[in-house]
Amino acid sequence: MRAAVSRQHRWWALVALTVVAVVLLAIMISLAVAIGEIAIPLSTTARAVSNRIFGTSFELNRIHQGIVWDYRLSRALVAASAGASLALCGVVLQAMLRNPLAEPYVLGISAGASTGAVCVMILGLGYGALTLSGGAFIGAIVAFLLVGVLAAGAGRSSERIILCGVAGSQLFNALTSYIVTTSANAEQARGVLFWLLGSMSGVRWSDVYLSVPVAIAGYLACLFHARALDAFAFGTDAAAALGIAVRRVQVVLFGITALMTAAVVSMVGSIGFVGLVIPHAARFIVGPSHHRLLPATALGGAIFMVFADIVSRIIIPQQILPIGVVTALFGAPAFAIILFRARRSV
Amino acid sequence: MSIAVENVAYAAGKTIVVDGITLAVEQGKVLGLLGPNGSGKSSLLRLICRLRKVDSGIIRLAEQDIAAIPRANLARRIAFVEQQATTDTQLTVRDVVQLGRTPHRGLLSPWGVDDDLAVEDALARVDMAHRADQFWHTLSGGERQRVHVARALAQTPSELLLDEPTNHLDIQHQLEILSLVTRLGVTSIIALHDLNLAAMFCDSLAVLQNGKVVAAGAPQEVLTEDLIARVFGVRAHIERSAVHGRYNIQYTMG
Repeated sequence: MRAAVSRQHRWWALVALTVVAVVLLAIMISLAVAIGEIAIPLSTTARAVSNRIFGTSFELNRIHQGIVWDYRLSRALVAASAGASLALCGVVLQAMLRNPLAEPYVLGISAGASTGAVCVMILGLGYGALTLSGGAFIGAIVAFLLVGVLAAGAGRSSERIILCGVAGSQLFNALTSYIVTTSANAEQARGVLFWLLGSMSGVRWSDVYLSVPVAIAGYLACLFHARALDAFAFGTDAAAALGIAVRRVQVVLFGITALMTAAVVSMVGSIGFVGLVIPHAARFIVGPSHHRLLPATALGGAIFMVFADIVSRIIIPQQILPIGVVTALFGAPAFAIILFRARRSV
Repeated sequence: MSIAVENVAYAAGKTIVVDGITLAVEQGKVLGLLGPNGSGKSSLLRLICRLRKVDSGIIRLAEQDIAAIPRANLARRIAFVEQQATTDTQLTVRDVVQLGRTPHRGLLSPWGVDDDLAVEDALARVDMAHRADQFWHTLSGGERQRVHVARALAQTPSELLLDEPTNHLDIQHQLEILSLVTRLGVTSIIALHDLNLAAMFCDSLAVLQNGKVVAAGAPQEVLTEDLIARVFGVRAHIERSAVHGRYNIQYTMG
């Protein structure tokens, strides 16, 4: 009886928490649209959005209208969905690999994406048919497949998969460095560096149409497997003994994380630490059950990434920092805290 | 027969771990698996709940080949308690026991009264109900083992496989766990090291050596001084206990 009553309390707390998080995300996105070199009042933002979505005809400065709709809103939406995707990938990989330090890039995906992007940008592979994003996407998938083959050959235990990911990352990072040092001129090198650290500056509506559906589809697919993710807590054998089709779930979820990461990296470059830190923060707040953890992580990742984007635009006047620098500045200390906690619990 | 293993072989890489084993357990009976380290006990248990695939032979669950039973259906019938399975996730005791309900829940079916009852009952049976909200990583080895047994019980299995469930337990809890399992009326296979506990609690025994069954049958038929010398390499003196009427094994030095 008591268990049932306390569950009801927790249910209300969760509803409240969800509402707060959604409101917070809306506020963050509004702020992201309002803040910038040209400050735009929230009322103008609301009118501009309403003009485009509901066909209203508020009188607006055309420049404001353009900045809101074409630059800042699309950018904020991509930031939110990319943050949600990366954080979801982190929580899924941490559960499946049973390693608190796993994150999307541990499978070598971002390194592969970088190599792919560099191949297009500097070597001119694809003869103009491939965009930088397309190259990055292909590189990400190639890297993931390579790590997958390596891991299958090495025995599929979670430590092995992580080691294969590390090996793959090193290989692709070396390839990237090799191409940049041997073939790039100074301007190209600077462009690559900027891209490698994560950049939202090239984001347009076409990216929104990819990034938002990817995040939503990925979220639903993960939620579909929430119970399986819970069952991985004691390892793959324990999950199988609980009736989970381990091999199928692994293939599906590794595939989904690879696609989500590849999509994000191809749009905004490699942004570290979101996938690592947000799941842990979410676990502090809602606990380890994936039915609560997945929504919390997705919302948390979205809020954090939009926040990081705002910080990256205002921290240095007249200059935009790569967003990866901002996420890492917050993420690295959080990473250290996780390490200390992990040591204590042994 | 509840569980029937027929001429099953399994190799890990090039090492033959299970070499043509045939054995059977009747409905509601308890089979003890004995044998030195590396004799194939754990592997056999893993094969029976299909965590590994047999290389040859058939394992039947109530006359049905387990290879043909969907994974989730199998998990509704067979519960397995591994040795020393642990986690870094911050789970409470109740969280862990609730995992046992996983195979019983549909994709969209919410947590129900049945699930609650199964979990509370399982916790009470292993004497962990008052610790339900404690974190897993604060438990001792023996307490973790009891929680694993509770998780298996929450699975409400008709067949229960336990891999050395008394490891890490103090003597009181060793006796409690085994008497609990043997009183459930669930078909069970228990891998054990302690020959006396096996003699006390099991309906029948199978002794494994190098992946083969070298003796099987009722405890008093299987546990002979000669067999213990041959398989375990120790000298023993066996007599019927005046206290509980079961066989009692005393080891002699030198």
